Amino acid sequence: MKFWLKILAAVLIVYVHIGGLLIDVPRLNILNETIRNLYFHVPMWFGMTGLYTISLYHSILYLRKPSLETDHRAIAFATTGLVFGILGLLTGMLWAKFAWGTFWTGDPKLNGAAITTLVYLAYFVLRGSIDNQEQRGRLSAVYNIFAYAAMIPLLFILPRLSSSLHPGSGGNPGFNVYDLDSKMRLVFYPAVAGWFLIGYWISTIRVRILTIEEKSAELDYAKQA
Amino acid sequence: MLLSLIRKEFTLELRRRAVVSGIGLYLFAIIFICYLTFSLRRGSINEATWSALFWLAILFSVINSVAKSFIGEKKGLSIYYYSVASASAVILSKIIYNTLLCLLLSIVGFILFSLFISNPVKDVPLFLLTIFLTSIGFSASLSLISAIAAKTNNSNVLMAVLSLPVLIAVLLMAIRATKNIIDGLERNTSYDELVNLLAINCIMTALAYILFPYIWRS
Repeated sequence: MKFWLKILAAVLIVYVHIGGLLIDVPRLNILNETIRNLYFHVPMWFGMTGLYTISLYHSILYLRKPSLETDHRAIAFATTGLVFGILGLLTGMLWAKFAWGTFWTGDPKLNGAAITTLVYLAYFVLRGSIDNQEQRGRLSAVYNIFAYAAMIPLLFILPRLSSSLHPGSGGNPGFNVYDLDSKMRLVFYPAVAGWFLIGYWISTIRVRILTIEEKSAELDYAKQA
Repeated sequence: MLLSLIRKEFTLELRRRAVVSGIGLYLFAIIFICYLTFSLRRGSINEATWSALFWLAILFSVINSVAKSFIGEKKGLSIYYYSVASASAVILSKIIYNTLLCLLLSIVGFILFSLFISNPVKDVPLFLLTIFLTSIGFSASLSLISAIAAKTNNSNVLMAVLSLPVLIAVLLMAIRATKNIIDGLERNTSYDELVNLLAINCIMTALAYILFPYIWRS
């Protein structure tokens, strides 16, 4: 990853943390200051979707032309995406405790997010239960595509069909272009970019770790033979 | 080729009868347990509960039955099919056969449910349409997952783990549409859910069709 992008990611995240906690936010009923969680909760989901999309891209590449490198990329981006998803769920639960009084509700978006996390956890279970490397790459690439196709209706289509308390549906203002306060945009847009870049950075490091582990295993094997 | 493969599935099934009878027994057992549980309450069963129970019973029967479609096959048989038929014919025949199996299971389940627990469904043709669309959805997703799980070491566990999340979207639509039907609402209130089911079916079937050749290769 380009060096300046890494610096940019770090600077953005530091800015989001400091600005997010210090810059004034509009105070509404019930939410009050908890709206600051917006800078952490929502970019987690954008980041998760972006990382899963990149992982999907590499899975499709793997099916067209199998190579270990592509497989490593697919799994690394899926791992980071999963971590972002779990963090998104945790930040959401914390926020729900303050705004709604409970950690979890029977909301379609929350349930969809939980099921998406389960689907990708099953992806890792699948990878763990195949020994043959080439077969593992192929089967997990197929399941990755399938999991992404399952995620789209769960996260984007089903929640829009019914009204809910979660912002963005059922008459609640979402955080789109028209509803967001301009001062919050100053921190929100950099937050989305910063968190996604951090996720991308972590994934590239993970790819390098996987490649090095693979090479070191190969060298050990060659030494023994 | 496709037709002969489907015919092959039916012949095998009628010969062995293991799967259908096993699953039929399973379905009957679940429904009887539901009956025993709910006959303890004096009042009738809640509509939403009926819908959820029905789909849960169908779901578990269907997962068990479709799981056997790829997992039970012997090694040599797979190589024979690989040499004889194209991958798309194999997966399409499996999906069609499993759809018919799911349909049969759902209808039998529906009849048994109406016998033991009350039948609150007022619009039966619409309900049958819902069952039909859901069967296709279950069958397409589960056939692909079964093909993936068959290649791994602990395939039965993996079948359950992999399939449940993916089916949730289909199941949600089905439960919602069923609840509308039980409430006696007009047909066009369930229209959204049924179109959704149709869309998810198209996506799943297309995916299974495209992705299966990659699994089939080994």
